[in-house]
Amino acid sequence: MSATANLAASAAAVSGTPGFLSPTGVEILFLLVGLLTLGAAITAVTTRQLVHAALWLVVALGGIAVEYLLLSAEFIAWVQVLIYVGAVVVLLLFGLMLTRAPIGRSPDADSGNRPVALAVAVTAAAVLVTVVVDAFRTTWIDLEDGAPQGTTDVTGRILFQHWVLPFEALSVLLLAALVGAIVLSRRENGRNGTGGDGDGDGGTGSGTRAAGGGER
Amino acid sequence: MHLAYPAVLAVLLFCTGLYGVLARRNAILVLMSVELMLNAVNLNLVAFDVWLRDTLHAGQALTLFTITIAAAEIGIGLAIVLLVHRNRGTSHIDRLRDLAETDRTATDSDEATVADATDNPVGSPAGDPAGRPTDTRLTRGEATA
Repeated sequence: MSATANLAASAAAVSGTPGFLSPTGVEILFLLVGLLTLGAAITAVTTRQLVHAALWLVVALGGIAVEYLLLSAEFIAWVQVLIYVGAVVVLLLFGLMLTRAPIGRSPDADSGNRPVALAVAVTAAAVLVTVVVDAFRTTWIDLEDGAPQGTTDVTGRILFQHWVLPFEALSVLLLAALVGAIVLSRRENGRNGTGGDGDGDGGTGSGTRAAGGGER
Repeated sequence: MHLAYPAVLAVLLFCTGLYGVLARRNAILVLMSVELMLNAVNLNLVAFDVWLRDTLHAGQALTLFTITIAAAEIGIGLAIVLLVHRNRGTSHIDRLRDLAETDRTATDSDEATVADATDNPVGSPAGDPAGRPTDTRLTRGEATA
């Protein structure tokens, strides 16, 4: 699929006539980081070592954060680093450890419908890349002129001027998710009823709660 | 910058996540693939927001909201996966087939249903009764550590 990425990227470069053969430095950097991100993502979904999949996911999410920086969305890049690379991947590793994931290579990491999944993914990629390249062949992003668009100043201003109500609703949703995670972890505690399980469930609940606080 | 660069990258990341969701067997790896798909959507939102120069910056605000919702989703999803693993002793989504018995009951006789009913609470027939105490002991050790 990285061959597809190369082909698609070169097709995208060919189709844009003004910058072809003289891409800007930002474009070259975006392309290189994009290839790294895509390779890490493909490794994360195909590797047979489960913990390595989580670690490759760190590379992919960090690459996406760099792409946000290159697109001048500075605040979102740091939020991505904080929440995804910081909280979500740690939570995923926590879950992998708690479900006793095998450390070495596990031969049954992929299910039986892998060829079907590959066919579906390749077909969707081909169709979407064709449509997207054809649709945005002559479209350019102006990154140089004008005011900066994604600094913390701008993002905070629009977030608390125009998006206050969704923001507050979202904090209620986070609270509900946090309470839900605690309830999910504690219900099975009451069902089993033994003291040892109570200890284990307390650990899980506090871990989820700590992660929820980090997300907030 | 050409808009096709971030758009094509988002498409390819989304299809990578799609493959992972369809092909992975461990539930936590499926959650990882869902995160990849959500990140592809976020990249698209940011790219189009920067391209359109929206005065409300709806793309960046929606990206922040998507990141928050993804974090809430991964918390709830992991709690569910851990609960399933405690109850069934497995986190392989191929083995959680309680709701997929329609063709078997239609073709087989009643004894297949009885065998199913006795088989299902165990989850994986071999090694699960040994697996569950090990799991709780391991969890307790981590909680105290």
